[in-house]
Amino acid sequence: MIGTSLPKIDSYAKVTGAAKYADDLTLPRMAHGRILRSPHPHARILRLDIARARAHPGVLDVITAADLPRRYGIMPTTQDEYPFALDTVRYVGEPVAAVVAVDEETAEEALDLIEVVYAPLPTVSTIEEALAREDIRLHDTTKRGNIMKEVHLDFGDVDEGFAQADLVREDTFFFEGTTHAPMEEHSCVADCRPDGKITLWTSTQTPHYVHREVAKVLEIPRSRLRVIVPPVGGGFGGKCEPFAHDFAAALFALRHGRPVKFTLSREEVFYCHRGRHPVKMILKTGVKRDGAITAVHLQTFLDGGAYASYGLATVYYTGALLTVTYKIPRYKFDGMRLYTNKPACGPKRGHGSTQPRYAFECQLDKIAEQLGLDPAAYRKQLAIEPYSTTVNGLRVTSCGLVECVDKVVEASRWRERRGRMPAGTGLGIAISSYVTGAGKAIYWNDMPHSGVIVTIDRGGGVAVLCGSSDIGQGSDTMLAQIVAHELGIALLDIRVYTGDTDLTPVDLGSYSSRVTFMAGNAARAAATKLRALLFEAAAAHLGVPAERLTAADGRIHLADDPATGLAFAEAAQLAEAAHGTLSAVGSYTPPKLGGEFKGAGVGISPAYSYTACVAQVAVDPDTYDLRVEKLWVAHDCGRALNPTLVEGQIEGSAYMGFGEAVLEEQVFRKGLHKIPSLLEYKLPTIYDTPEIVALTVETHDHEGPYGAKEAGEGPLNPIIPAIANAVYDAIRARVDSTPITPDKIARALKERQRPLPAPARPHGAPTPIEVMPL
Amino acid sequence: MPKQLMTFQVNGETREVAASPTHTLLEVLREELDLTGTKHGCELGHCGACTVLVDGEPVLSCLLLAVEAQDAAITTVEGLARDNNTLHPLQLAFAERGAAQCGYCTPGFLVSGVSLLTRTTDPSRDEIKDALSGNLCRCTGYTKIIEAVELAATRMRETQQPVPSSRSRRNRP
Amino acid sequence: MMRLPKFEYRAARTVAEALEWMGEFSSAADKDPQAHAMLMAGGTDVLPNMKHRVFTPQVVVGLRGVAALRGIAYDPEHGLRLGAGVRLSELAASPIIRARYPALARAAEVISTPQLRQMGTLGGNLCLDTRCNYYNQSEFWRKARDYCLKRGSEICRVAPNGTGCYAVSSCDTAPVLIALGATARIASRAGDRILPIADLYHDDGIHPVRLHDGDVLTDLYVPSPPGDWRSTYEKYRVRGAFDFPIASVAAVARFDGAQCADVRLVLQGVATRPLPLPEVEALLRGQPWTPDLLDAAAELGYKAAHPMDNTAGTIALRRRIVRAYIRRALDALIAPSVIH
Repeated sequence: MIGTSLPKIDSYAKVTGAAKYADDLTLPRMAHGRILRSPHPHARILRLDIARARAHPGVLDVITAADLPRRYGIMPTTQDEYPFALDTVRYVGEPVAAVVAVDEETAEEALDLIEVVYAPLPTVSTIEEALAREDIRLHDTTKRGNIMKEVHLDFGDVDEGFAQADLVREDTFFFEGTTHAPMEEHSCVADCRPDGKITLWTSTQTPHYVHREVAKVLEIPRSRLRVIVPPVGGGFGGKCEPFAHDFAAALFALRHGRPVKFTLSREEVFYCHRGRHPVKMILKTGVKRDGAITAVHLQTFLDGGAYASYGLATVYYTGALLTVTYKIPRYKFDGMRLYTNKPACGPKRGHGSTQPRYAFECQLDKIAEQLGLDPAAYRKQLAIEPYSTTVNGLRVTSCGLVECVDKVVEASRWRERRGRMPAGTGLGIAISSYVTGAGKAIYWNDMPHSGVIVTIDRGGGVAVLCGSSDIGQGSDTMLAQIVAHELGIALLDIRVYTGDTDLTPVDLGSYSSRVTFMAGNAARAAATKLRALLFEAAAAHLGVPAERLTAADGRIHLADDPATGLAFAEAAQLAEAAHGTLSAVGSYTPPKLGGEFKGAGVGISPAYSYTACVAQVAVDPDTYDLRVEKLWVAHDCGRALNPTLVEGQIEGSAYMGFGEAVLEEQVFRKGLHKIPSLLEYKLPTIYDTPEIVALTVETHDHEGPYGAKEAGEGPLNPIIPAIANAVYDAIRARVDSTPITPDKIARALKERQRPLPAPARPHGAPTPIEVMPL
Repeated sequence: MPKQLMTFQVNGETREVAASPTHTLLEVLREELDLTGTKHGCELGHCGACTVLVDGEPVLSCLLLAVEAQDAAITTVEGLARDNNTLHPLQLAFAERGAAQCGYCTPGFLVSGVSLLTRTTDPSRDEIKDALSGNLCRCTGYTKIIEAVELAATRMRETQQPVPSSRSRRNRP
Repeated sequence: MMRLPKFEYRAARTVAEALEWMGEFSSAADKDPQAHAMLMAGGTDVLPNMKHRVFTPQVVVGLRGVAALRGIAYDPEHGLRLGAGVRLSELAASPIIRARYPALARAAEVISTPQLRQMGTLGGNLCLDTRCNYYNQSEFWRKARDYCLKRGSEICRVAPNGTGCYAVSSCDTAPVLIALGATARIASRAGDRILPIADLYHDDGIHPVRLHDGDVLTDLYVPSPPGDWRSTYEKYRVRGAFDFPIASVAAVARFDGAQCADVRLVLQGVATRPLPLPEVEALLRGQPWTPDLLDAAAELGYKAAHPMDNTAGTIALRRRIVRAYIRRALDALIAPSVIH
């Protein structure tokens, strides 16, 4: 069961069209909502008149900030948003009002009848502008200008480290913002029973956080609100917090005792965003002649958009995880997140670690070249030891980094092919690491991060309840497989109920790659308790010691004599007779980790995954078109509980990383998203996506369930620098910003004064060491 | 716009509904016929999530007026399973190969894929890509989807699955 | 879900019926500017534009049921007759077109996606509205940007000091049909007329197609190619599917030994209309097909293209593609793969 590639338990509903996503839900008398959004990137609202909209035939309600005047925000200390703009709008697309009507067309018509008078304000739209224009302030809560958060952390004396170095490089990189673009547009349905209890079905990765925030803003006890997560059509970090439509739907249902649905258009999904931060990075690294790192100093500047979202965590994440891959004795990090008049950035797959990892891996490639080292061997040489502690106090346990490098080097035939590639083609390598769950909840508390209830009925059916949210990664199946494994039954005997705040114990949500590790451990704990009860009852019945029993194939039997035993359902009945109703809880709380400094709560994790990637690219000599031909990705997931699903996560991450490296970018003009559509924001098609070879490395982490770590996010991180490094190998010119477009390649070649195609370098020819003067 | 009575041949059944003449087939399938298996990700023809078969060929239900689809045989994801509960080999392969992650693009991929497998049970990888090039997936990197089509094709060849002609599909999808 | 605006749908059975209905509105439009009817074939351009409220017709006349608009017929003497309602997928798959007019089959094959090609028609593609990043946006977006010259404003957002609209002609079949010397039959209440496809377009991004409101494009005629004509269509787009051309080149040529006896080149995706390149053709005609000549031709074509910053791809990229793809197309004309 564990380690077996079983079909996901929700597969059959998904391949028959039976799975009901939020927008598929219909309730009797259901009304429909639409949202009026700001056309200005920055403006005061002078007047907001909803009288005409209210009077429009078919309109049932109009909701504005006057109805929901309570501030919220996903991070408790940076709450800077209102569901609907109170008196100022700060980005194009910011919700201003919601109309609920008998149908969507009527609601849409009524949006035009809302009269809003704006007084436009000057805007800031880039990191540089946000820094320079302290006179234009988005929020009066900032201490200085538009600096939402500033972080300065020192671990050891980096100046001493740079002084000891033989080579010090300082490079500047820019990582462009990208968005999640899940195929499902955000959607929710809310209803309210006559007794005043609200149910909100919403497409979210974090039902628990939505539960907290919606109840808070509506000023109702949390016990009166039930949040249910239907199947979610993709998230990637974009559905990790409540949105205006959630608040509006819940309020409408409460006021009118009538259901309502809000489904956003694709364009509105672009305005909701919360995606990858654009980050400017200045990275300084000192190395000895043999390549050993003496010190690293990283400065990051995050373009956060108009609101905080998860940005407080993001800015810390841009610094925290740089240290978990290589031996770094001294480290200094300065981070800064800035407000700009654009949709808020937030977490996207690889949250905050993707951008600096890109910078670091590109810089290491430059260092390897200067020192005449093979980039793959160099990474192995630098690799952190398993079961060690990083300079910033992160506890590393299992680490398959070296194995990952070996696997991609072997699979890509790196040693044989690198340096002998045809003109205009190249190979590049990069590695990375990622958390297996954040060590702290977003609101600090001492409660478990995940809880699971398992119950057994008299017929042998098993129910598994957990507050987690399956967004396609297969977390429901993971829970079922673990319980099935412990109880020796088939997946079909198990029903999994997740993401329902009335019925399921809290799980913090599908973010930071935490569910397999945390909910998996909780499920295992619950199932193990029940198994003990079953064994005890079965042992008494069979007259054998419980220690000799095992659970397999729907039976409880002697491990060394399968004939002596009884059916699972029979054992369940005996156990229920002996112990009462069969139900057990399990929960998981991460160990206390990390240092004592401010900010030590970000980056800690019970385990880290490791990944290596080799990319093969070709650059067209006439058009400078970049074609990524193949990606080899080896990922240390600890243990693959379901190998097919792990491969799927690696492949999906590789695809998404490829998109960010080559095609995707958020583009704004005068504060307006230039391309808010799936035609012009370029998601890779099946033709564009490279061939992806997913390789699994198993290190059997001693704290993970059956040794498992994460697989959902980490494999994205090395893809982008591997492609960037391969581009350098192909054209001998560097593009130090993403995405790597034909124009940037053209510019890089022009700057190097080297036209394509560059002749293939003779294999084994020494690269001169150009040690930069200190 | 007042609704008007429309008749559709959907998944082998004749369905009569009152629908707005300005509504697309997507809206009518989902909102009048309760066939919510057909999804939407943009409503502008940019994603392929709303793909259905019309007379056996994949088209976008978001860009087809329902009134214009009345004379045709429409197959949605709900109609791919034969008889009662026998899934199409491609549906099984999608489940087994993990080709449906979030599952939201899956119905569109399935109908595009079934259309291909109806034409040939021995498609090359390029033919598979051609057939699925109008469907976006954000989860899988397409890898498992391609593998699932290949697995279904192999099984269909092995079992000599009779390929229904477009005429017979008109009656029984 | 994005919804269509309100409109009345009428399904035409015959061209005459379509003409009659369109006529009703083109005369009514003088009195009531809101009165406005549009023809719709496959709907793949009209309906998204309606959802974006850049088209808001009162009546949509559907051509789907007009049998006379269908059919592909070829005879060596008269050449090819294509009904305007022929689906792009039919065009791409037609054995006779693949054999005799490979560039046309290629152009159809690289349009958007299989689903769109199954729905879209040749006539619809030829009448595709010009495209621009400031125009192909929702009502909300365009309003936030104060609209554009093509729809709703006096000012072009691409070139605020310019005099016209720079929306881009993006249909893939037009440049090929122009290069092949095709003609179009247009039905109107005054009678039918035939004009070269090249004359169907003029340099006006707002009204790119020279059809009157009551006109129906019914047939396309492509002359029979003498045996030694070769043709190709080279399209560059950002992604392998979905995307309109960043720039593309249709090229048709006939060789007399090593010399170019005749050649026609048309660029697409870089101007408000398909852009013929007579100077480049003159440079090539009668000359031996040498690499230096082809380079010079590509350079001359590059100078003729002046795209604006209004589609995917930067100006620099689009111009670079023009040069590279002219060269690519000229190379392809003598490559064995295009000789059928």
